[in-house]
Amino acid sequence: MARDKLKSGGLLIKGGHVIDPVAKIDGLMDVLLQDGRVVELALPNKIRGGADQTLNARGLVVAPGFIELHVHLREPGQSYKETIASGTAAAAAGGFTSVCCMPNTSPVVDSVEWVTWIQQPQRGAVVNVFPVAAATHASKGAVLTDFRGLQRAGAVGVTDDGRPILNETTMRDTLRLAAEINLPVIQHAEDTRLTENCSMNESATSFRLGLRGMTAAAEASIVDRDVQLAQQFAGARLHVAHLSTADALKAVRRGKRSRAHVTCEVTPHHFTLTDADVGEYNTYCKMNPPLRSGADREALIVALADGTVDAIATDHAPHATHEKIIEFEKAMFGITGLETALGLAITRLHRERKIPLARIVELFTAGPARVVDVRGRGTLARGSHADVTIFDPKKRWTFEAAKSRSKSNNSPFDGWQLTGKVVATIVSGKIVYRSG
Amino acid sequence: MNKTARGSLLDIEHLDVKEITGLLQLARRMNPLKPRPLLRGKRVLLLFYEASTRTRSSFEIAAKEMGAMTTLVLSSGSSIEKGESLLDTAYTLQAVGADVMVVRHPAAGAPLLMARHLKIPVINAGDGMHEHPSQALLDAYTILRHKKKLNGLQVVIMGDIYHSRVARSAIHLLSKFGARITLCGPPEMLPELATCLAPNLHITRTAEEALRGADVVMVLRVQKERLAGMKIRLQDYIARYQMTTARMKLAKRDAMVMHPGPIIRGLEITWEVADCPQSVIVEEVANGVPVRMAILARALGKA
Repeated sequence: MARDKLKSGGLLIKGGHVIDPVAKIDGLMDVLLQDGRVVELALPNKIRGGADQTLNARGLVVAPGFIELHVHLREPGQSYKETIASGTAAAAAGGFTSVCCMPNTSPVVDSVEWVTWIQQPQRGAVVNVFPVAAATHASKGAVLTDFRGLQRAGAVGVTDDGRPILNETTMRDTLRLAAEINLPVIQHAEDTRLTENCSMNESATSFRLGLRGMTAAAEASIVDRDVQLAQQFAGARLHVAHLSTADALKAVRRGKRSRAHVTCEVTPHHFTLTDADVGEYNTYCKMNPPLRSGADREALIVALADGTVDAIATDHAPHATHEKIIEFEKAMFGITGLETALGLAITRLHRERKIPLARIVELFTAGPARVVDVRGRGTLARGSHADVTIFDPKKRWTFEAAKSRSKSNNSPFDGWQLTGKVVATIVSGKIVYRSG
Repeated sequence: MNKTARGSLLDIEHLDVKEITGLLQLARRMNPLKPRPLLRGKRVLLLFYEASTRTRSSFEIAAKEMGAMTTLVLSSGSSIEKGESLLDTAYTLQAVGADVMVVRHPAAGAPLLMARHLKIPVINAGDGMHEHPSQALLDAYTILRHKKKLNGLQVVIMGDIYHSRVARSAIHLLSKFGARITLCGPPEMLPELATCLAPNLHITRTAEEALRGADVVMVLRVQKERLAGMKIRLQDYIARYQMTTARMKLAKRDAMVMHPGPIIRGLEITWEVADCPQSVIVEEVANGVPVRMAILARALGKA
């Protein structure tokens, strides 16, 4: 180990356009990585001394490593869908250097043992993995887990994702106890009492297809309640996962105005597609929360631009073919998303809607770093972890789901032509992904 | 998405007026009393995941009248009970030699899923709350035996439209032909979204308003088995929407009373209205045979 360190003369990223919203950098810079840290950040050709390896980034954007707040890596228990190794390989290909994985596995990650297990080197992760632990035992919504112990073991948040915390007392206790240790509470906001047997958004399309529809109110009412609860406890941190409706955004804005610590994330599929894309029972457009109306999508794009939304998160949810190529109402909720996130953000938000590239980078880096504590990540400031994402914002490419690094290929974006592609992903100074 | 086999009948929504007219004309040439053996040597597979009396028996009779062999597979008593998936069941039945598959399924879109993966045509005999195209065709056939044309007809569809695949198919069909359609029912059974389904749709919550001047009154059953969690008081429903002799008087004198069945006398319709001279409820069932003969003949390229 020590000899390795001595030998490693570092990696110099030359001539790239560095965008780092935290360090307020948006211009041509060279970056020197050494011993797992950013050691220098300087104007082009100003870094003295050599490096073992040089990466020419001319014409490319050099950004802090992307942080993904919401992935399903499916381990323990569902390795036929994804493993920590395959899911993190897909993450690396999508430019993510850190991922926060959800606890709704089999069994549910509700103990120190499982939080530890996920982080063991044997899992084969190629990017940083930050477990999010269950807020209640087996995510049944009744008995709270040991937040302190879970946090010490490495959990960066608690959630019952997939199953919302419906009971108001349970949610209040969760927020209060998590506030004591500065731990974010991540809520999948859905009043499941209103969404039984529903498989898409309530809309003209759901009526036409004869499918039961989820209302926007089923999401917004829970966000509204949670924001009110978060305001009651100093230090409470509420994070709304995969927010999808205009009404829920209103509640988040209210929370932010009241100086409560409320954050939220939006998925690429919710800012790209609408419920009409379900078309003729396309199960690759079945997810929860469901694709919403055009008006909801528009509100999300406005909120992504104006700062209301803190992060883009994919809700990467791999499923096996036999769980998707079945009757729509029986098909599993969720799609993969790690490898298409940046392309969709640049294509739909930057090119079509003129959201500045710096803001897009913020939504993948500094934004999510504010939501969870990822320890010196989300910036390229000197001394930070040497996690870097290099991408070509102008590169046109076609996503082929069959070639995905994920074990599953349940994506509605198969065959889509996108602009903006990851060129290299660097974790702790090591290149873990390099495109073609 | 994969293509579906020629001759499939999956919904009314994606048929055009010409195709529908063609099917109705073909049905008029089908005489169940003097059938032609158009389907001799063909195998018609009836795959039913849900209860059925009319649809199942009339498809079976239609097939046999034309000389086809029929096999009935029900979800109970088959490998479906052992957990076989819909597609695997479909592949199996295609492999045993089915030439056409008639399927009823509780999941919306199930026949389309099958059609996308099979080489043989698939006929939708009712899928969840989605569509029931053969019912809409036989309803149009029945109306046209009493009225000159569908264009301009005032049609009332009354009752549980939200849960009804019959309503969705009928609305698509009648709207394509220019009928003026009034939907009537309480919000739980008739959301405002229903008007997005097709042009020429109006909603009213008052039976009396809907019925005034109607040419055709289609009454739907309250689908208690699909009401999952809805709080509808049947007594209120009966008071406001039941088809009674008094309400029937608001419609035109020669108005037809239709019902896809099964009818629940005393709930959505009274005994008297169900059996009144204007009622074509039994005739609808009889017309199901020639219409389904036409559907099967078209599916197998024999027409």
